[in-house]
Amino acid sequence: MNARPLLQAEHLRKEYKLPRGQTLRALDDVSLTVMQGETLGLVGESGCGKSTLGRCLLRLTDLSSGDIVFEGRNISALSERALRPIRRRMQMVFQDSYASLNPRRRIGDLIAEPLRVHPDNEGRKRSAADITARLDELMSLVGLPQSALARYPHEFSGGQRQRINIARALALSPQMVVADEPVSALDVSIQAQIVNLFTDLRERLGLTYVFIAHDLAVVRQISTRVAVMYLGAIVEIGDSDTVLHNPAHPYTAALISAVPEPVIRHDPQRSLLRGDVPSPVSPPSGCRFHTRCPQAQSRCSAETPELRDFGDARQAACHFPLGLSA
Amino acid sequence: MDAEAPILEVRDLSVSFRSQGRDVPIVENVSFAVGAREILGIVGESGSGKSVTAMTIMGLIDAPGVRVTGSALFRGQELIGMPQKALRRLRGRKIAMIFQDPMTAFTPVYTIGWQIDEQIRAHEKLGKAEARSRTVRLLGDMGVPDPERTANRYPHQLSGGLRQRAMIAMALSCNPALLIADEPTTALDVTVQAQILDLIRTLRADYGSSVLLITHDMGVVAETCDRVMVLYSGRIAERGPCDAIFAHPGHPYTAALLDSIPPLTGPRPERLPSIAGAPPPPLERPVGCAFAPRCHFTHDTCHALPPLQRYGQQDIACVLPKEGRPMPPRVTEYAQ
Repeated sequence: MNARPLLQAEHLRKEYKLPRGQTLRALDDVSLTVMQGETLGLVGESGCGKSTLGRCLLRLTDLSSGDIVFEGRNISALSERALRPIRRRMQMVFQDSYASLNPRRRIGDLIAEPLRVHPDNEGRKRSAADITARLDELMSLVGLPQSALARYPHEFSGGQRQRINIARALALSPQMVVADEPVSALDVSIQAQIVNLFTDLRERLGLTYVFIAHDLAVVRQISTRVAVMYLGAIVEIGDSDTVLHNPAHPYTAALISAVPEPVIRHDPQRSLLRGDVPSPVSPPSGCRFHTRCPQAQSRCSAETPELRDFGDARQAACHFPLGLSA
Repeated sequence: MDAEAPILEVRDLSVSFRSQGRDVPIVENVSFAVGAREILGIVGESGSGKSVTAMTIMGLIDAPGVRVTGSALFRGQELIGMPQKALRRLRGRKIAMIFQDPMTAFTPVYTIGWQIDEQIRAHEKLGKAEARSRTVRLLGDMGVPDPERTANRYPHQLSGGLRQRAMIAMALSCNPALLIADEPTTALDVTVQAQILDLIRTLRADYGSSVLLITHDMGVVAETCDRVMVLYSGRIAERGPCDAIFAHPGHPYTAALLDSIPPLTGPRPERLPSIAGAPPPPLERPVGCAFAPRCHFTHDTCHALPPLQRYGQQDIACVLPKEGRPMPPRVTEYAQ
């Protein structure tokens, strides 16, 4: 793969002020790079900040601090107006396929909207004929019949609606798509269709994805690299096979071990994590995971571990990484 | 299997709703039994009828125009058509149910403890203090930290996992013989889901309860259930012990469903084997096999409704085994 960074995020922070002077740190010093053509999976439990990170990367949510460089340009401080031409290079697909589509407008209208708003590559307004041609192209790209364009969102099943959302996200031929739990509301048999569609589109269009999901198996299926988040920070990031087959961070290991697999095991061995994720308003000291970590030692509550390189295309933030010499 | 009589025996249960002058069949001829201390999984995709089956057994479906036929015997007592008053004595006390969303199952205006106390006192003659001490003990048993204080908290003050534990505590408060759990872990994170599934598995040992677990997740079934019934479009596709079905799914739908789950270990497939199309809506359900339009093995005989037939330990609603062409054993890449 030609390793050219498409997007670089440096020291992203997102804080929400709460009543009584409290602060919720949704993102706490997150840095990552998304390479051209790769799929970076973001995993973690609810509240870990994965969706916030996805939205911040696209500037759909404003950062508290930090820099985002997209295609060589720092976009973290651009005004909405200056962002506009960049918006069509980066698009988003959401989990709730129904809420994402205006129920009172026809599919053709919904998908045509970005084409009407944004000029074409020569800076000219697109003609009606161009738009119609593009709509037909998009329909076949996502595997829907042309007749779908004249229908309304409620006439489609969840899987078909997600195809419509994907078609709309692709209308302006973006470089990068951030997909936030795009298949988690779908039934398994439909989920497989949509995961395959994402894979096919990546190959055909050379897309780069940031794929946010809580389902590790889905993320492994589609991602080339994976970032595991816990309480607003990345605890492990690297090649997806390395991270998911030989996790270095105890949290990654616990997450994998908690996934119920569709096979019968008579001696289920797993390290059950105790308790829930602590509140991001008052995260634990030192390593945030130390309150639930089976390996925690005194150093873990005192010293915050930094993301460290382990020489195998993977970084982990742990004082006592699993199976690796520290 | 076991000498003990089943706790719940459902026979030929059919449920249909009347809509626009037509009877819409939701569940058709579903039969199953839950043995003592057994965990039976009902698995299926949205619209397969799994929740309607459970709600019907609990007598929770009384929409106008609903038609329920068949029988559901709870310890020999017929539940279908039982007057609401008699049902109310049974529900909560002998049969309890937990739902996917504990936030909506609890009322937000009373504390968790108040609600569990009320449930205990509705069924048993107990004083307030006695009820509360049982509530606190139950919450502790369910792994709720600091149960006395938690009992005085409101549902919104608890995390999703704690709320679900509190709901299981409420369900178990009268020591029911049967617990019906409808997607109890779907709204939870995996690490918390693992804890709750662990808890459900221990219920039969600690409380002697049988469990009817409704889920869409084959992984949850594999880790939790003794036997499983696979529903497709309101009909049984297959039913039998989990050991047998996960090793050798007998119905093409079960096989395809298992195949379409991305593996967590082993080599990654280029593409996931997916099932084309979507399940038919009830009104467009074929007369013959409902899975036929999506099945790789469809042929002429599939136009007639295949009966549920016994092959080994499994009951399979498919003509293939009878024609001497059973599904091949499942090949998994899962490392042991």
